[in-house]
Amino acid sequence: MVSITPIIMPKWGLSMTEGTVGAWLVEVGTEITVGMPILDVETDKIANAVEAPDPGLLRRKVANEGELLPVKALLGVLADSSVSEAEIDAYVAAYVMPVSGADDDEQAGPAYLYADVDGLRIRYARRGAAQGTPVLFVHGFGGDLDNWLFNIDAIGEKHPVIALDLPGHGQSAARVPGVSVEALADFVARFMDVIEVPQAHLVGHSVGGAIAAQLALSQPQRVATLSLIASAGFGPEINTSYTEGFAAAASRRDLKPVLELLFKDPELVSRKMVDDVLKYKRLDGVSELLLALNAGLFANGRQLAQPGLALAATGKPVLMVWGKDDQIVLAAHAAKAPAGATVEVFEGVGHMAQMERANDVNRLILQHIGV
Amino acid sequence: MARKISMKQAVNEAIDQEMSRDPTVIMLGEDIVGGTGCDGEEDAWGGVLGVTKGLYAKHPNQLIDTPLSESAYVGAAVGAAACGMRPIAELMFIDFMGVCFDQIFNQAAKFRYMFGGKAETPVVIRAMVGAGFRAAAQHSQMLTPLFTHIPGLKVVCPSTPYDTKGLLIQSIRDNNPVIFCEHKNLYAFEGEVPEASYTIPLGEANVVREGKHCSIVTYGLMVHRALDAAATLAKEGVEVEIVDLRTLSPLDIDTVLESVTKTGRLVCVDEASPRCNIGTDIAAQVAMHAFGALKAQIEQVAPPHVPVPFSPTLEDLYIPSAAQVADAVRRTLKGGKH
Repeated sequence: MVSITPIIMPKWGLSMTEGTVGAWLVEVGTEITVGMPILDVETDKIANAVEAPDPGLLRRKVANEGELLPVKALLGVLADSSVSEAEIDAYVAAYVMPVSGADDDEQAGPAYLYADVDGLRIRYARRGAAQGTPVLFVHGFGGDLDNWLFNIDAIGEKHPVIALDLPGHGQSAARVPGVSVEALADFVARFMDVIEVPQAHLVGHSVGGAIAAQLALSQPQRVATLSLIASAGFGPEINTSYTEGFAAAASRRDLKPVLELLFKDPELVSRKMVDDVLKYKRLDGVSELLLALNAGLFANGRQLAQPGLALAATGKPVLMVWGKDDQIVLAAHAAKAPAGATVEVFEGVGHMAQMERANDVNRLILQHIGV
Repeated sequence: MARKISMKQAVNEAIDQEMSRDPTVIMLGEDIVGGTGCDGEEDAWGGVLGVTKGLYAKHPNQLIDTPLSESAYVGAAVGAAACGMRPIAELMFIDFMGVCFDQIFNQAAKFRYMFGGKAETPVVIRAMVGAGFRAAAQHSQMLTPLFTHIPGLKVVCPSTPYDTKGLLIQSIRDNNPVIFCEHKNLYAFEGEVPEASYTIPLGEANVVREGKHCSIVTYGLMVHRALDAAATLAKEGVEVEIVDLRTLSPLDIDTVLESVTKTGRLVCVDEASPRCNIGTDIAAQVAMHAFGALKAQIEQVAPPHVPVPFSPTLEDLYIPSAAQVADAVRRTLKGGKH
């Protein structure tokens, strides 16, 4: 039995159908360990490194830099040294390259679903494993469910996954049930009612982390575990030049430097990312809503709600992940983690750890949730 | 929620949503309801190409089919705008504007100035532009430069359904006269458009493709020719940047200058006749404000200075092609200093 492991074009996010091959980061003959970055792939949204799913020896680079290839296309081949070149040739020749656009999503159901929650139309995605307590992803201020594009499918391999656009965000209704963390946490509970999810593992980013923490305080039976990434709600400090700049920016020129604050490497902010945020911000009512939300959450330059500080009493298992170079919510807030929490602070990472260190964050979440 | 719709549907949806939002939004034009020979108003034609189909059934008090007199109803729209309405006048083909130049150039464009800033004229005049429709010289012109020349008018010419909806809503909400130019050969072109209302500011260009070797500045249908040329050139290792002006007045010259400063080369592509067109204006402004950044001569791609031919063969040759755009890029890459 010949043991060959393919490296394939990943699917990052629900809308990704193809990606452009960037630079190869390792040479043929390199012994690959799990999680080692192998090559860069660019999508219209963001660039990221493809990491090894399994260990092995890199025997063949199939994809060339600059090539545009569909999801699941063969990029390279891992195999140990006992496999002959001829066997690898045969494997590459026999590999059925998927056709671009011919996605299997149609069998898997529509990429996005909509729920009516107290009169607000909410967009969400529901995928992944059929059995088990679902993992519910909650994005932050100004974000949307695409903030989880590197995470949903990876976590979905083991658990059912749900990600929503909070009210007033993404492609959900451009209205909010209130401008406080409490009101948004209540709303997330109502969303769980409507989609009939009694309890979930909550994964929250930034303000989404504060919302998840608040839900664990006010309705503990709805929360199995908490995974909080660059979470708000653990101290008063917040970089309001980001939140105010985001709310106020009316053009690409104004918005790009604001979005660059999110990442350690500002190059990660692609034209498409800026365009998508601008398209959202230009919907009727969104600018006013963001200004109101900004004022409601961060009055006088401080976070008004700090539910994270009371988490210890809930006894919920807590994972806290931070980027050391977070310019929005200080990584120092990780020190306020409840006793017994798992805390991981990544060097060289900004506010978007779930994108900037996707594979590591996914591993931490899977370990934290357990099987 | 975004879904794919055509540019024609984007126009219809923008007018529909603004009429629902604001009862002072009204529309005047020839056959925009178009009930002749139809079973009922719900079925009415909705204009020569069906752009306004269905609007009369939803907003019966907001659309008026006018007599065949552009000068009369454009004048009525301008007057209604000065009196507090937000009229949209549809002129079918921009070629017919000639008979209402006084109403547009000398009245609508001047009210704010002549009345000491006390009068506003929130009127939109929509018209089809461009060649390629086998409609001969009197129904095929790209007259965007004529209107761009007049201070007091805003001029818009979108290239995608997304831009069409956002720019048309913004034009309707704008308190100044806007000439909204719709390329008839883009009406069937589809793209993702949110269902909800949104606006795109007037005077903001869009970089539709990033590249480092040469800037192509264009608008309307020619954006798509430029994209085709860019795909060909990419195979030769040439990465062009494409600036879609979207709004011709006010003009986002900053985005043009930024792009040329980066690439050092400029190709202006315009479907309008070559003398005094948008491309020559861009070329002049870049030569004045970014001469030091230019590494080679500026190239222009435009049709020949002749009326649009009726012969399909000649009409196809008349309209600038992707091959001509690619050749112009190659010429500027060969020229100048390296």
